[in-house]
Amino acid sequence: MGLRRVAIVGAGITKFYRYAQETPKELAYEAAKMALDSCEMTLKDIDCVALGTAPDAFDGVHMNGEYLTDGAGAFQKPFMRHYVGGGTGVMSPIHGWFHVASGMFDTCLVIAEEKMSSAFPHPAGAFLTIFDHTTEQPLFPTLIWIFAIEMHRFMHRHGYTKEEIAQVAVKNKRNALDHPSAQLGAEITVKDVLDSEMMAYPVNRLDISPTSDGASAIILASENVARRVTEKPVWIDGIGYCLDTAYWCNRDLYYPDYVEVAARNAYEMAGIKEPSKEIHVAEPYDPFTYKELHHIEGLQLCKRGESVKMLLDGVTQRDGNLPCCPSGGLLGVGNPIAASGIMKIIEIFLQLREEAGARQVPGKPTCGLAQAWGDLMQVGTVVVMRS
Amino acid sequence: MTKEIAIIGIGTTGFRATTPDLSFRELTYEAAKKAYVDAGVEPKEIGAFVATSEDFCEGYSIADEYAPDQVGAALRPIYTVPGDFIQSMGSGVMMLRSGLYDLVAVQGLSKASNMITKTYLTDFALDPIYNRPLKEHSDYIAGMEMNRYFYETGTFREQCAQVVVKNKRNAMFNPLAGHGCDLTLDYVMESPMVSYPLSELDISPYSDGAVVIVMATAETALALSDTPIWVRGIGWTSDTPGLETRDWGKAVYAELAGDMAYKMAGIRSPRSEVDFAEVSDEFSYKELQHLEALRLCSPGEAGQLTMDGVTEISGDLPVNPSGGCLGVGCLLECTGGQKVLDVVLQLRGEAGQNQIPDVTTGLAMSWRGLPTTTGAVAILSN
Repeated sequence: MGLRRVAIVGAGITKFYRYAQETPKELAYEAAKMALDSCEMTLKDIDCVALGTAPDAFDGVHMNGEYLTDGAGAFQKPFMRHYVGGGTGVMSPIHGWFHVASGMFDTCLVIAEEKMSSAFPHPAGAFLTIFDHTTEQPLFPTLIWIFAIEMHRFMHRHGYTKEEIAQVAVKNKRNALDHPSAQLGAEITVKDVLDSEMMAYPVNRLDISPTSDGASAIILASENVARRVTEKPVWIDGIGYCLDTAYWCNRDLYYPDYVEVAARNAYEMAGIKEPSKEIHVAEPYDPFTYKELHHIEGLQLCKRGESVKMLLDGVTQRDGNLPCCPSGGLLGVGNPIAASGIMKIIEIFLQLREEAGARQVPGKPTCGLAQAWGDLMQVGTVVVMRS
Repeated sequence: MTKEIAIIGIGTTGFRATTPDLSFRELTYEAAKKAYVDAGVEPKEIGAFVATSEDFCEGYSIADEYAPDQVGAALRPIYTVPGDFIQSMGSGVMMLRSGLYDLVAVQGLSKASNMITKTYLTDFALDPIYNRPLKEHSDYIAGMEMNRYFYETGTFREQCAQVVVKNKRNAMFNPLAGHGCDLTLDYVMESPMVSYPLSELDISPYSDGAVVIVMATAETALALSDTPIWVRGIGWTSDTPGLETRDWGKAVYAELAGDMAYKMAGIRSPRSEVDFAEVSDEFSYKELQHLEALRLCSPGEAGQLTMDGVTEISGDLPVNPSGGCLGVGCLLECTGGQKVLDVVLQLRGEAGQNQIPDVTTGLAMSWRGLPTTTGAVAILSN
């Protein structure tokens, strides 16, 4: 289609905490500075800033994007914020891609920040107002309830058991032990997951990613700039995003159509015909254990109903045929909503550059994928990257 | 003139002080439907959609959840920009220029009548550590800025009052506007003081309403439309969120956003190349400050031009012929949407009684309101 090529040339990520001492601005600053330093650029080299952050209620600031501008390095620059709930993190490089691919800018600082601990006593309170004010809010639903509904339906439809799904937590938390930003890296067993506090059947505490504070950033550049600043650019070859209807009760929750649509758009753009063979490493979104499996199926990385087999056969382990969440994912590294999406992008960036250290997957991967999901179980955002 | 991107469809609900009969979904649906009919497209033919919303204004956390259904975008590429409509439009322009899509729709909405504590909300946009504890009514920021602007440029209150008189009168002849009236200069001057020198009538009231536009790449636009309105330039810039670090006299954001748009449009001398402008006038002095920042006149000149009638519909440089925010009502994130809509109507020759004869290039500019320093500019030609 003659699209302008866009590369990721630098990345930065803060540590993910439960209670960060930094203000949201300072978190954003830290990630932006790390990303700039990683490719020896300064703010002078940055043409524009695209920022992702999910609900304002977390940071507790109205027009949170405006508040973050100077921390995010956008002082007197073209600055635009975007959001699609939990999918915001992976939407960020997509929005950044538009900035550079349009030919209007040559470099774009893409940054995501979330400080959930400002919502006191617990950020779950901010989710009370995501539901329809007439048909749903009077029931005082919590997020965990609706995911329990989805998980239950997913298990029932495919005959998965809680023991099988718990393996995702074991894998990801172990992977996270090697991630310097990780909040919850741990060596746990399936029994630990099943014995942890029951939140809403079938969701146990260890099935859920933690609430976190953190920020992450990447630098996007056009081909001519990318070739100049780095020897190892990682190209964004495919993007896909889509939202399903807000009337989530009307859908069969066992399968994420929205992820499939987004993935197919990204594959078409990247020229990928057989995703399970052509993708070497993947970061599917895993805020809950079952979600990783749910998304692997939506991403066409396996047939419907076969994701658990993949997991049990070790295919998705770091040394498996198709490593999934080698970073440790949200379950292990933490889940500062938007920032965790870019964390996944950064993981693929490092894996494709073979700079992931102890987390490096074997076999010199050249094609990777990151995906996120959000809102009322309705958003799919997918980015395909190649070295 | 480069013809790359054009607006081929517009739709709106019109703007009213309150809409108890319609939900936010219904408002957007009406605007979207009209825009698609105007462009002659079905939603399924549109490649991607951009919605505009700000959580606390909508009363929802992650308000973007409710974007897809009413614009026909369920299971389609759509995302939300929490910014001004013209920023969303900028996003749409980038999407079209990337080559990925031929048609993009942009949505903006205001349901301001649902908000019962607007000033508290503005306070919530202030830095939580340095500025929010001051606990002042947020309009004091506008008062301070107005005072500094007066001091630096020699502008005075009568000139701002004349802006109010002009815009509210223009709105009387705009069927979409909700706050038109015929006031005298003296009446405006005597309106109660809010935060010196800002008086009650210097502040624009709020309105409800939605705007949807359909944009297309050149080839598609020429195939679908007889009256494409070309997006020649677009720009957006954020200055600083801090009250301590901003330039109180000058609208730096408007200057930078204007420069970006002028550069893209290849405009060197805005005053001679722009025929008319719809600029943000959420506070009366903002219209003057923005005209100067956009180089449509010299610093300190805007007030006198207003007194001389240059910015009237019949003048040399008509400004806010629609009635602007003062006459139409401030539309929160959709403010830029109303500006773009009215520039398109003027350029198509469909502005009714407010039509300016023989216009070819118009400028739409919006500001995100207190306490931000973010502005966006679009330059359109027929």
